[in-house]
Amino acid sequence: MKRGSVHAIVGENGAGKSTLMKILYGMYRPDSGEIFIDGEPITLSSPAVAIELGIGMVHQHFQLADNFTVLENVVLGSEPTKGGRLDFALARQRIGDLGRQYGLEVDPDALVEDLGVGDRQRVEILKVLYRGATTIILDEPTAVLVPQEVDELFGALLELKQQGLSIIFISHKLDEVRRVADDITVIRRGTTVATVKPADVNSRQLAELMVGSELPTPETRESTVTDVDVLVVKGLTLHDSVGRGLLTDISLAVHSGEVVGIAGVEGNGQAELVEAIMGMRTPTAGEIHLGSDDITTWSTRQRRGAGVAYIPEDRTRHGLLQDSPLWENRMLGHQTQPPNARGILLDRKGAKADTQRIVDEFDVRTPSIDVLASALSGGNQQKLIVGREMSGDPRLLIASHPTRGVDVGAQSDIWDHLRAARAAGLAVLLISADLDELIGLSDAIVVMLRGELVATADPATVTPEQLGSAMTGAGGAGA
Amino acid sequence: MIGRFSIRGVALSVAAPLLAIVFALTVTSLVLLATGNAPLGAFSTMLAQLEKPRIQVNILNSATTYYLSAIAVAIGFRMKLFNIGVDGQYRLAAMLAAAVGGAIALPPVFHVATIILVAMFVGALWAGIAAVLKVTRGISEVISTIMLNFIATGIVAYLLAPGRLAVEITGSNNIGTKVIPESGRVPGLPIIPGTPNLVFGMIIMAIIVGVGYWFVINRTRFGFDLRATGASETAAVASGVNVKKMIIVTMLLSGAVAGLVGMPQLLGDSYTYGLDFPTGLGFTGIAIALLGRNNPIGIAFGALLWSFLDNTSNSLEFDNVPKQTVLIMQGVIVLSVVIAYELVRRYRIRMVASDVGRQLDAELVTTAAQGGSA
Repeated sequence: MKRGSVHAIVGENGAGKSTLMKILYGMYRPDSGEIFIDGEPITLSSPAVAIELGIGMVHQHFQLADNFTVLENVVLGSEPTKGGRLDFALARQRIGDLGRQYGLEVDPDALVEDLGVGDRQRVEILKVLYRGATTIILDEPTAVLVPQEVDELFGALLELKQQGLSIIFISHKLDEVRRVADDITVIRRGTTVATVKPADVNSRQLAELMVGSELPTPETRESTVTDVDVLVVKGLTLHDSVGRGLLTDISLAVHSGEVVGIAGVEGNGQAELVEAIMGMRTPTAGEIHLGSDDITTWSTRQRRGAGVAYIPEDRTRHGLLQDSPLWENRMLGHQTQPPNARGILLDRKGAKADTQRIVDEFDVRTPSIDVLASALSGGNQQKLIVGREMSGDPRLLIASHPTRGVDVGAQSDIWDHLRAARAAGLAVLLISADLDELIGLSDAIVVMLRGELVATADPATVTPEQLGSAMTGAGGAGA
Repeated sequence: MIGRFSIRGVALSVAAPLLAIVFALTVTSLVLLATGNAPLGAFSTMLAQLEKPRIQVNILNSATTYYLSAIAVAIGFRMKLFNIGVDGQYRLAAMLAAAVGGAIALPPVFHVATIILVAMFVGALWAGIAAVLKVTRGISEVISTIMLNFIATGIVAYLLAPGRLAVEITGSNNIGTKVIPESGRVPGLPIIPGTPNLVFGMIIMAIIVGVGYWFVINRTRFGFDLRATGASETAAVASGVNVKKMIIVTMLLSGAVAGLVGMPQLLGDSYTYGLDFPTGLGFTGIAIALLGRNNPIGIAFGALLWSFLDNTSNSLEFDNVPKQTVLIMQGVIVLSVVIAYELVRRYRIRMVASDVGRQLDAELVTTAAQGGSA
């Protein structure tokens, strides 16, 4: 990339964007390959080295101390001193200069906790500039901004660019990328697919590059969809603690024997929808029905007891007890049901026997059911979770990224299990970032954007490119 | 495979306490040497005390109290809930239970049962305040229980005055609650021969509490929820655990057991809550719960060790060694146990992970070989 330009890097979730950036910022060491700055090969062994070489990073999640002022945050870690004491006057002057020079003016004495998101981002950028960065990496900077703030940010980026700084801009919002970038590099599954000029492509073509054009092999299978409603969500709305909408008026139905897929770029409300259906969040408005029951006010445990199974998105945080043996993890989420419990007592024998069954049936590679969950590889942990959630004849399965981080063989095993359960009448709500998986497994697909269901698609006819466009708001899917 | 696992498992579980004891002895020896004393002499003086029946009884009696206190702390620890307030809970509970016990007249067994129930109720109530604050206002139970300790001290001082709940104790210038009559006392057990001193009858209560703790934690659904919440709150929530409810129930249980801490002394020895009623037992409980790794058997050993050190510290004075050396020993033991277990735990996780990896590699090779021959 050239000095004084904005270079965008786009790709799907898990395509390797963040990994690449972490290498550039010295947080990971590359296995092979070289990095050059001004023609010189360099070794980035730590963030400190990266900073010294003029590389600065603005993280997706702000790394600011809320109870410090802007000034204190900016100097944190490279405090100017005079005779052993902090020299705030000098720092204040430099921050003022930087702000005026680049159009990033922020009150240096304001507390960060009082600032809005856009201002916090300016502080992050100021922090990087203060350390003398000439190359700035912005990791999904617009994810948290409203459109006006995006415009302001882009104005500042333009300013920085004209002053001769280089900017690496990571995003999957294609229209924004096309607006701001001079060059766009598309990466997929960890390799560069193409480098293009924004003028030469439209958003749809970019989306095609992002998701890859190869279609999944169409499933030659019969529909098992019945007209028996299992999950019905009506007008579900969820606000966060300050009243911003996370979910707006979501309505959907999943029938027995049906897989409904939810497509969407991560962070558009899928996680919140799942947690609302599982009873881990209380909706602001709307109803959730399971069969003939209104379960809106039920606890998570009641819902699970009524036959709702749950494959969580984050298996380490929500799916497993890492420091507990496999057979105790078999109980987790099902600790009130046979074969894990008899009355108020645990049925250890039953749980152990059933864990062995899951290990055998779902091909979980482990020397014994007594090892700790943390000893298993991610794929095997996931197979254990899938096996656990498929046990006990659930009526509804909420599957969030069921094959994330799982190798190809385990992935097709998990798909086979999902298909078999669907044929037996299970209703499945599938959330996935893998568009091939969504199209291959789903009987119906809805697209989620900014907490709303914005489009529906027929998996028999839709292509990943169309879905990708709808997900990023670049255009409607062929409904 | 299984056999190798368990042999190494046993070796590892013995390794941690052994490592800790060796380390603690080394540090204490260095301290003794630095202060100009012979370590071996000091240790053997203390060990020699073990032969005295009177000391044996004292060790068992103190250990009974320590055990109850440590179990009360451990209940919270298993859920990552830090009940630092066992101290205030047991003192307030013992004082009010003593007042009730001295004021009422009931048949023998009922009298004792009433006193114990009042103590458990008061302990639970006092701990419950911290639980409610945590659930409704998000206040850390560490802070609130510490502050409740001070409030308990204030309340006890206020109520323990003549004209309120206290009377003068005849034959001394001490004051205390009205003495509990014979029907409300728990007789001692003459299980150690060679001394007129008796072992607290409440030692049986301590054993029951220990067994109950083990059963509830390891064998019931409630215990599973409690452990799951301690291991990973996010995973517990996803599994359907109502964490707020668990905080309330666990704190109440912890407080109820804390209420028992003063009972061996009250029902087996002093029969009144006076100005000289033992204090600080709640903090001893925290150290012993750490020492015993929240395990009911481990805590029993921890309580006995602690009690042995406490009850033999006076003998050090014969050798002109300051008895406060024992405090150093206790501190070093807790630290070394915590460090040793953490080291062994990490080592164990690495071993198991590499075992799993090795086994899977071996499986791959076998499969490949079979594939080749087929």
